[in-house]
Amino acid sequence: MSRQSSVGSEDVIRINVLIDCDYKTAHCRLIDDWRTMSTLNIIPTAVEPSENYLNIEHTVKSWLLTKDHKRIAVLYLISITFFFIIGGTMATLIRLELLTPQGDLMTPETYNKVFTMHGVFMIFFFLIPSIPATLGNFLVPLMIGARDLAFPRINLLSWYLYIIGGSLALGAAIWGGLDTGWTFYTPFSSAYSQTNVVVALLGIFVAGFSSILTGLNFLVTIHKMRAPGLTWFKLPLFIWSHYATSVIMLLGTPVVAITLSLVILERTLNLGIFNPEAGGDPVLFQHLFWFYSHPAVYIMILPGMGVVSEIIACFSRKAIFGYSMVAAASLAIAFLGFLVWGHHMFITSQSVFAGLIFSFLSFLVAIPSAVKVFNWTATLWKGSVSLETPMLYAFGFIGLFTIGGLTGLFLASMATDIHLTDTYFIVAHFHYVMVGGMVLAYLAGVHFWWPKITGRMYPEWLGKFAAFAVFIGFNLTFFPQFLLGYLGMPRRYHAYPVEFQVLNVLSTAGASVLAIGFALPLFYLLWSLKYGKIAGPNPYGATGLEWQTSSPPTIFNFDTPPDTSDQPYPYHKREVPLEH
Amino acid sequence: MSTNTISAGEGHLANDPHAGPGHHAPVANDGHAHDHPYGLQHQFDDVEQQREAVTIGMWAFLATELMFFGGAIAGYVLYRNTYFHAFNKASGYENLWVGCANTCVLLVSSLTMALAVYAAHKGNKWGIIKYLIFTMILGATFLGVKAYEYHHLYEEHLIPGKNFDKGHAVLHADGTPKLDAAGRPEVHHLFTPGERKPGMIFFSFYFALTGVHALHMVVGLGLLTWIGIRTLRNEFTAGYNNPVEITGLYWHFVDIAWIFLYPLLYLIDRSGSVGH
Repeated sequence: MSRQSSVGSEDVIRINVLIDCDYKTAHCRLIDDWRTMSTLNIIPTAVEPSENYLNIEHTVKSWLLTKDHKRIAVLYLISITFFFIIGGTMATLIRLELLTPQGDLMTPETYNKVFTMHGVFMIFFFLIPSIPATLGNFLVPLMIGARDLAFPRINLLSWYLYIIGGSLALGAAIWGGLDTGWTFYTPFSSAYSQTNVVVALLGIFVAGFSSILTGLNFLVTIHKMRAPGLTWFKLPLFIWSHYATSVIMLLGTPVVAITLSLVILERTLNLGIFNPEAGGDPVLFQHLFWFYSHPAVYIMILPGMGVVSEIIACFSRKAIFGYSMVAAASLAIAFLGFLVWGHHMFITSQSVFAGLIFSFLSFLVAIPSAVKVFNWTATLWKGSVSLETPMLYAFGFIGLFTIGGLTGLFLASMATDIHLTDTYFIVAHFHYVMVGGMVLAYLAGVHFWWPKITGRMYPEWLGKFAAFAVFIGFNLTFFPQFLLGYLGMPRRYHAYPVEFQVLNVLSTAGASVLAIGFALPLFYLLWSLKYGKIAGPNPYGATGLEWQTSSPPTIFNFDTPPDTSDQPYPYHKREVPLEH
Repeated sequence: MSTNTISAGEGHLANDPHAGPGHHAPVANDGHAHDHPYGLQHQFDDVEQQREAVTIGMWAFLATELMFFGGAIAGYVLYRNTYFHAFNKASGYENLWVGCANTCVLLVSSLTMALAVYAAHKGNKWGIIKYLIFTMILGATFLGVKAYEYHHLYEEHLIPGKNFDKGHAVLHADGTPKLDAAGRPEVHHLFTPGERKPGMIFFSFYFALTGVHALHMVVGLGLLTWIGIRTLRNEFTAGYNNPVEITGLYWHFVDIAWIFLYPLLYLIDRSGSVGH
């Protein structure tokens, strides 16, 4: 049998590495992992495969023309980090301006541009591609036991489209900026704004196609490329949530694409579709825009839910409670997401009856969301929970997403929404979902799969420290904003009455802690590329197929076909729980 | 199924790039790398899987296209409802019969495209080429007629903008301009002042929708050319012809999009029984 013959010198080396390892936790964990894997009869091939997807070729060309989903994921990882830094810089400027009640750091016009570009970069160029394009790209084929995505060339094309779109948006930002807000409401964006609206819209349009192609690739890959025996209800929840995300990307993005093209045409060719002076209806823009952009909110949370499901299962050593319900909840969120766009428009000309329907449907979204939160919590019950860095982030996700979700119900109720519309309450609400939810899930996932992506472990203590900094800094930044909004401070103003200063100072102080929390991983993850401990195929003793191959994986992912016989998350078969 | 697969996988050397999960290709028990079936890309296990994946991919893309046109059509329907009479009138300035003839041209091109796909399944190289050429001629005809229609609307001053419905001078029988009471040349407008803006919105949608459709036709002609070149290079066989097939799907979609645009833009008030 080739399995036995594959236990060779490389495995002996691996054990030596483990024993030499003086880092107690990692040591114990890796040995456990060895034992559990032996009981499952899965023989890892090597410590660091001599030839893997990272070192097989080194030229710049081999990266820029790669069709390997893992390399494209790394390209995305670098690019979205770049845009995150730009968006973060804008956020820093906003918080500095709001430190004092007077508008003393920048002019009102500059402030408009800064918050617009913060939104544009963070939403279209960081949050939407964040987990799908990096972790999703890397893991979808690995988790279903495939050699690559269904269309590797289209995958590379989608990265190039992203870069072209990003460059256009960046160009628009550098040469004069953009002041419409990330929502591009007409008729301001179509008839009045004097800034680079057309170039920025083109950038978003192009990036939208990158998103469509990624969704298309995932959808086809999940349908057709699963390893034999890997039936739908054996798939990891990460895959289910990416499937739901892909559907939204495919069906939502084109609507915003045509909407934004109409705005472009309106500006360049003088069409009057959204301009009331020409008989057009500016609210139609909002309908079409939110028809995409509300589902897009779920593009920005569903993949995070997938990440958290994997991590909760691994670090409580239990299968996810109510697996099929959690999977179905992803699809339900994607479906309901298309029916609630009107809750962004309670104070427009939309009829009260339509508002009532949208309000009711928005409340329905709370059901699948709560199913997920309760099932994660139930998974922890009687599990052997260990608080590794990814798990800390996942806990942060559950708590902050719950706050973000529940405050969403305030905004889905028409009466309270009229009081809270366009205040800092809504700013706090969506940052709790987007940053507290998605960014924490992204960081959780990046830490969790870092050993798989790079073959190296991140430093655990620094990781935990950064996770706490992010959690504390985040709450200090955004919790005061709920109070500010409730008290009536409007969003998008660069100056405010003096009685709001205390809460604003707290918020800015929190932002600086948050910045430290975000900056730390950037440094120690880069450090770990060279000095991090060698991870081995499965440092956490986790159960997904991606842990059955080497870290980093070889170019075609699996040297031997992965074992797909188990139900999802068979942690009960792992004899030895994590020890500390 | 899975037993068979694993034994197939074990037959490979570890560094065989084609070894991997569920590699269904004929089992080579001697363990060396075997040849792929023609046209099979490395990420797929077999030709059938590749064909299904590519087809689903194209259908998913067409779903995207549907939403793309759908967004604009939703806006059109809204205004059609708001400005019912002005839209009826504006639609009347389209040339019904030219549009009808163009619809026929496009429908026949779908037939020739289907025949090209059929020829591809039979592995009939010159059949593919013949029907591709027919399809391209018909596609180009459609675009030519479209250009003629645009030109006509341009002459009628029906392009949205400052000069929309600028009007024509009214002439006497002897060709001299007719003057109004104030002594200025009399101008005949197609729309009343109240209908002017809604009429402009109709033509905004007309140009946006037919323009995007025409752009899809241009892309389609590019794809047909590419397929034609690949056919001439003998790249397709009876067993491998996915590109022909999915280009066909795309072409049919563009055709069907027109089947929706034609009644929306040309036929909305032709019975004469509504809106008066």
